[in-house]
Amino acid sequence: MSCADNKPRYRELWGEGLWNNNVVFSQMLALCPLLAVTGTATNGLGMGLVSLAVFVIANLLVSMLRGVIPSEVRIPAFVLLIATVVTLVDLMMNAWLHELHKVLGLFIPLIVTNCAILGRAEAYAYKNPVLPSVVDGLAMGLGFTLALVVLGASREIVGSGTLFANAHLLLGSSFAFLETTLIPNYGGFLLMILPPGAFIMLGFIVAGKRVLDRRLKADHSTQTPQPMSC
Amino acid sequence: MIGQGVLKPSYTQRPGFFAGILGMMAALAGTLLVMGFVATKEDIELRAREDLQRSLAEVLPAGGYDNDPSADFVDLPRGDQPPLRIYQARLGEQPVALAFEQAEPGYSGDIRLVMGVSMSGDIIGVRVLSHTETPGLGDKIELAKDDWVLGFNGLSLTKLAEARWAVKKDGGEFDQFSGATITPRAVVKGVKRGLLLQREALGAAQLEALQIQSSTERMEDKP
Repeated sequence: MSCADNKPRYRELWGEGLWNNNVVFSQMLALCPLLAVTGTATNGLGMGLVSLAVFVIANLLVSMLRGVIPSEVRIPAFVLLIATVVTLVDLMMNAWLHELHKVLGLFIPLIVTNCAILGRAEAYAYKNPVLPSVVDGLAMGLGFTLALVVLGASREIVGSGTLFANAHLLLGSSFAFLETTLIPNYGGFLLMILPPGAFIMLGFIVAGKRVLDRRLKADHSTQTPQPMSC
Repeated sequence: MIGQGVLKPSYTQRPGFFAGILGMMAALAGTLLVMGFVATKEDIELRAREDLQRSLAEVLPAGGYDNDPSADFVDLPRGDQPPLRIYQARLGEQPVALAFEQAEPGYSGDIRLVMGVSMSGDIIGVRVLSHTETPGLGDKIELAKDDWVLGFNGLSLTKLAEARWAVKKDGGEFDQFSGATITPRAVVKGVKRGLLLQREALGAAQLEALQIQSSTERMEDKP
C-alpha cells in the first residue's frame, strides 16, 4: 500500500490481509462483531463468511465508482454503498439461508458499522483498479474469517469442550463430521463463553502473534538481509 | 488523490454537484434495495410461516389434529397490551388444543415462549423460542440443553394448585438451576400466566364466540 507504483502485487495483498495487516490481530478493528459472535467456531465462521462477501462486494463497487465519487463526499458515499450491500445480504440470507440467519440475524445489520470494511474502501479500493480491489477484499475478508474462527474455536474448546458445535446448521448435514467433543463430560468454563472471555482470549492470541512475528523477524534478519521493499 | 494534476471543470467543485452525485447514488441504492426486497419477500414470508408451523407442531399433540393451526387463529384482546394470537388445533371441526406465543421478561431481555394447552387445560408442551439468558446458566430452559422444560407436560391449574406454580426456592414445585433462579422463575411465571389466560379465554365463553366467528371465516374460505 505504501508502494509508490500502482502495480498490484497479489502475493503482498494476501500476506497483508491474512497475516501482516490482519483486520483483527494487527489493525485491532471490527472488535464489536468479533467479540459478540465468537462463542463457538461455527458462529465465527458464519459471521466471517458473511463479512467476507460484504468486503468483496463493497470493494468492487467502490473501485468501480471511484471515478464518479468526488473525494469530498466519498465517506457518505462509501457508507451508503456498504449499507446497501449489507441490507441486501441480510434479505437474501433471511430468504435462502434461513437457519444461519436465525443464528446470526441480530449481528448482520451490524456489519454496516464494521469499520474495517469502510477502512478498506477508503484505504485501498478508492485508489486501485477493480481486480486488485476484489483481491484485497478477499484477502482482508479471509483474514477476518480466520480471526473469527481461531478466536471462536479457542473460546469454544476452553469454554465448552467442543469444536464446531452445530456446524450442520451452517454448512448442511454433510458437514456434521466437523462437530467434535474434545473433552467429554466437561463442566464448561463459563467465563470464556461470556464477553470478557473474548477479550481475554483475544489478548492471548494477539500476544502470541506478536511473539511469533518477532521470532520470524529475528530469523530473517540473521539469515538473509532483505532488500528494502518500497 | 484521484485526478490530481488534471484540471477539473469548475462545476465539479460546487456543493450542488456533490449533492447531486450523492443523490444519484442514493437513488441507485434505493432501486437496488427495492429490487432485493421484492425478490426475497415471498421467500421470507414462507420461511416465517414454516418457523411458526414448526414451533406450533412442537407444542401440539402430534397427529391429534388435522388442520393447519398457523392459519386458524383468533386474536384475543388484552386491554392495553397487544392482542394475544391464539392458534387452534382441530380434529374434524372439533377444537382439541390451543397454542400461543408470549414473552416474559427474564434475567436479560424477554424470553419468548410458545405453549400448547388441551381443551381440558392440560399443558401439552412448552418451548422457549428465543431468549438472551446467560449461556451455560440460564440456557437450560432450551430443550437442546436440558429437559427441564418437559417438566411442564401434563400439568394444569387443577392438578397443581396456583400457589405451587413457582420455583422450589419460592416454595413451589419447579427446580431452579444452580446459579440461575431468575430465568426459571420467569419461565414458570410465563407458563402459569399462559394457563390463566387460556382459562380466562375459555371461561368467558369468549372462545365460543370466537370459534363461531372463525368457523364462519373458514366456511367463507371454502365456498
